[in-house]
Amino acid sequence: MKYGMEITVAVLIIVFAVVFLIQDGAIQATLGDGEEAWGGADGEAAGIIEASGYEPWAEPFWTPPSGEIESLLFALQAAIGAVIIGYVFGYWKGSRKAA
Amino acid sequence: MHIMEGFLPSPWWEIWFLVSLPFIIIGLYQLNKLVQEKRDALPLLAVAGAFVFVLSSLKLPSFNGSCSHPTGTGLGGILFGPCIAAVLGLIVLVFQATLLAHGGITTLGANVFSMGIAGPAVAYLIYKAGTRAGANTYATVFIAAALADLSTYVVTSVQLALAFPGTTGFFGAFSAFAAIFAVTQVPLAIIEGAVIMLVFKYIVQLKPEILTHLNLLSESTVNKLREATA
Repeated sequence: MKYGMEITVAVLIIVFAVVFLIQDGAIQATLGDGEEAWGGADGEAAGIIEASGYEPWAEPFWTPPSGEIESLLFALQAAIGAVIIGYVFGYWKGSRKAA
Repeated sequence: MHIMEGFLPSPWWEIWFLVSLPFIIIGLYQLNKLVQEKRDALPLLAVAGAFVFVLSSLKLPSFNGSCSHPTGTGLGGILFGPCIAAVLGLIVLVFQATLLAHGGITTLGANVFSMGIAGPAVAYLIYKAGTRAGANTYATVFIAAALADLSTYVVTSVQLALAFPGTTGFFGAFSAFAAIFAVTQVPLAIIEGAVIMLVFKYIVQLKPEILTHLNLLSESTVNKLREATA
C-alpha cells in the first residue's frame, strides 16, 4: 500500500492525542485550585532532589523572562529545523524530477 | 528533558564531561572526513541535525500528567553513528542551555552523553544488527529510534541516581527517577520512532543513493523498498 505508513503514523498520533484528552479530563477533575498538571518531567526530578536538601550550585546565566518569550524561542528552534528539513527534501525532490 | 543547570554536584558533572569529550573529538574528526570525502551526504547531515532541533523543541504531554520532549538524535545515530550524533546533540544542547535555560552548561557533559551518545549508540547498534539479520528495514528504524529515545532517559535516570542515591541507595533512587523520566517517555518514544521511520521512508524514496553510499542499505534492499511503496 502506497500510503500505508503515513496512515499508520497518523493513527498513532491521533491515538496519542485522544489518550491525552481522556487522561487530562481525569487529571483536571482531581486538581485543587491553583494547581497545574502537565509540568515538565525535569521539574519533578528537581523537586525530588531539592527535597533531599540539595541546593543547585549553578544557575542559568540567562532565563527567558516569561513563558511567552520561552515559547517564542522553542518555536524558533523548531522553525529553524523545519526550514532545513523542508529545503533539503524539496531540493532532492526537485533534482529527481529534473533528472 | 535534560538535567537542569547546577543539578549535578562535583565530581559527577566533571566525570560526564570527561566521558563525553572523546566522542565529541572523534565526531569532529569523522565530520571533517565526511565533509571531505562524501560531500553528497551533507544535506542528509543537515536533515539529521535539523531533526534534533525540531523534535527536542516539542514538549509533549505524556499519559502520567507530565511533559517531556523527544530527542530526535536516533536518526543521526542510525545515519552517521553515535560520534557525529554527539556533535549534533551538542549544538542543540548549547542552544537550549544558553537561550532557553533548558538543561545547563555545567550539566552539558551529562546531557550530551545521554542524548547525543547513549541514545544514538543504541539506535546505531540496533540498526546494524537489524539490517545484518535481514529484518524489515522500516521496522528496524522504528525500534532503533524509539529505543534510542527511551534509553536517553534511562541514562538520565542513572546519572541522577548515581549523583543522588539518597537514603535508598542507587537502585531506589534509580527507580524514583526512572518513574519520572523513563515512564513519561514511553509514549513519546513510540511517536518519535514512528516519525523517524516515516522520514527514513522519504529518504529511501528521494535520495537512496546516499544510503547506499554510506553503506546503510544495499542496492537490492533499496530497490525492494522502493517497489513496495511505488
